[in-house]
Amino acid sequence: MSSADIYREIILDYYRNPRNFGKLAKFDIQSRDTNPLCGDEIEMQVKVGEGQKIEEIKFTGKGCAISQASASMLTELAKGKELGWVKELSKEDVFKMLGNPDLGPSRVKCALLGMKVLKTGVYGYLGANYEAADGSEG
Amino acid sequence: MLKTEAIDVKRIRGDFPILKRKVHGKRLVYLDNAATTQKPQSVIDALVRFYSDYNSNVHRSVHTLGEEATAAYEGSREKVAKFVGGSAKGLVFVRGTTEATNLVRFAWGDRNVKKGDLLVSTLMEHHSNIVPWQLLAKSKGASLKFVGLQPDGTLDMGSFEDLLKESPRLVAVTHCSNVLGTINDVAAICSKAKKAGAVTLVDGAQSVPHMPVDIGGVGADFYAFSGHKMLGPTGIGALLARKSTLEEMEPFHGGGEMIKEVFPDHATWNEVPYKFEAGTVNIADAIGLGAAVDYLSAIGMDKVRKHEVLLLQYALETLSKVKGFHAYGPEDLRKRGGVISFNMADVHPHDLATILDEEGIAIRSGHHCAQLLMRWLDVAATSRASFQVYNSYDDIDALKGGLEKAGAIFKL
Repeated sequence: MSSADIYREIILDYYRNPRNFGKLAKFDIQSRDTNPLCGDEIEMQVKVGEGQKIEEIKFTGKGCAISQASASMLTELAKGKELGWVKELSKEDVFKMLGNPDLGPSRVKCALLGMKVLKTGVYGYLGANYEAADGSEG
Repeated sequence: MLKTEAIDVKRIRGDFPILKRKVHGKRLVYLDNAATTQKPQSVIDALVRFYSDYNSNVHRSVHTLGEEATAAYEGSREKVAKFVGGSAKGLVFVRGTTEATNLVRFAWGDRNVKKGDLLVSTLMEHHSNIVPWQLLAKSKGASLKFVGLQPDGTLDMGSFEDLLKESPRLVAVTHCSNVLGTINDVAAICSKAKKAGAVTLVDGAQSVPHMPVDIGGVGADFYAFSGHKMLGPTGIGALLARKSTLEEMEPFHGGGEMIKEVFPDHATWNEVPYKFEAGTVNIADAIGLGAAVDYLSAIGMDKVRKHEVLLLQYALETLSKVKGFHAYGPEDLRKRGGVISFNMADVHPHDLATILDEEGIAIRSGHHCAQLLMRWLDVAATSRASFQVYNSYDDIDALKGGLEKAGAIFKL
């Protein structure tokens, strides 16, 4: 693992200037989770539009650069997609979005917290249970 | 430099086999001692010797091995008690400080706390000195209130005195904060609490490993600490109380060893401290803790404390030159243990720990099991470097280098 590889310019940029950061006045999905290990927090709100599409999505949270950048990048990626896309989203998709950094096992959870929050919210909205991937198998 | 005025660290490091290993190709710089400490060869040998030479159950076997194991286990109880100025009859071996506070919650709390009673803890406590009292308060309909802090990270004695006016049943306070390093004047706190009619419990998890402690001078009803934070094995610790206090309490766990006689409808209890040591005890680790006490005693706890103050002073001076570095806790080193919690500008402690790990440097990042304190500091988390006898100025220089690297990566 190389920290210079993990903390690339783009990760630091999303950490310091998170896109889609904030709250929605009207939303259909709200979901929040924390990573007790380091106290990362992510909350997401989604407004569902026609054709079960993500019309608007915002997040708030605090935590490490990886958790916050990952959540922010994910909101950008998710906007305009159908809810089914969220169900199909995999850990590998998130790692790819982050540029496939070589995260150690203890940091994988930081990277996946945003995905966990979004999936939990979307599954709940669709009336299903999301068995959260804890990412321990990294 | 590999020595301070108090300790020859070069010699000490030779006693700790783990310090020879490399992490990511770098020398291991272990600064996570408030979480757990490394073990000297003498402690590891004591464990191996027990299992390879005289492994046996204690107290109930009359054969040679049983007698040797009992003598070693009870000998360790004497040593550990003496190390903090206590008596062996008043020392209960427990898994650690957390089990000690939970023992008090049940064995003392069940009988002595009633609806409407007040329990008092402080905002700087580890969760192990908060959550058991929350649970006790909830089960009894009692309430739990917290002593506040001063801006310098010391206890607000004014708020403590105010709480004493409400006649609390229990005052539970740490001797030394695992985050801020604050050394509390527990003798004064216990004396005032006692005058107000409260029972006192002092968490010594961060004091006993780092400074001379005399529990007689502290004057608490209960004093607890963990072995693994003082060069001993995991899974062993001690709860000390007066023999009479222990005798008045209900048992904690029921089972073998803690009984005198068992009848179909009731049982009578073994004498203390055995009344609180149900089942087969953690013999090997208790003996290992005795070896850790021998090791620290041979150095001398006054020297350990002096060593850590010197490191603390050097670290605060050195690290404060790093851009973005901000330390928490008392500036008066007489009131501070060998712990530095800090943050680096907007670099999250978890990111910092990842970058430092790459340099072979182990620090702790997170809330340190002290979320009330994190909220008081208004931070989600901090990074923490903490010292032991095998740390020296070179470790602090390495930490400084690691922090500078993190600053460069984060473009501070």
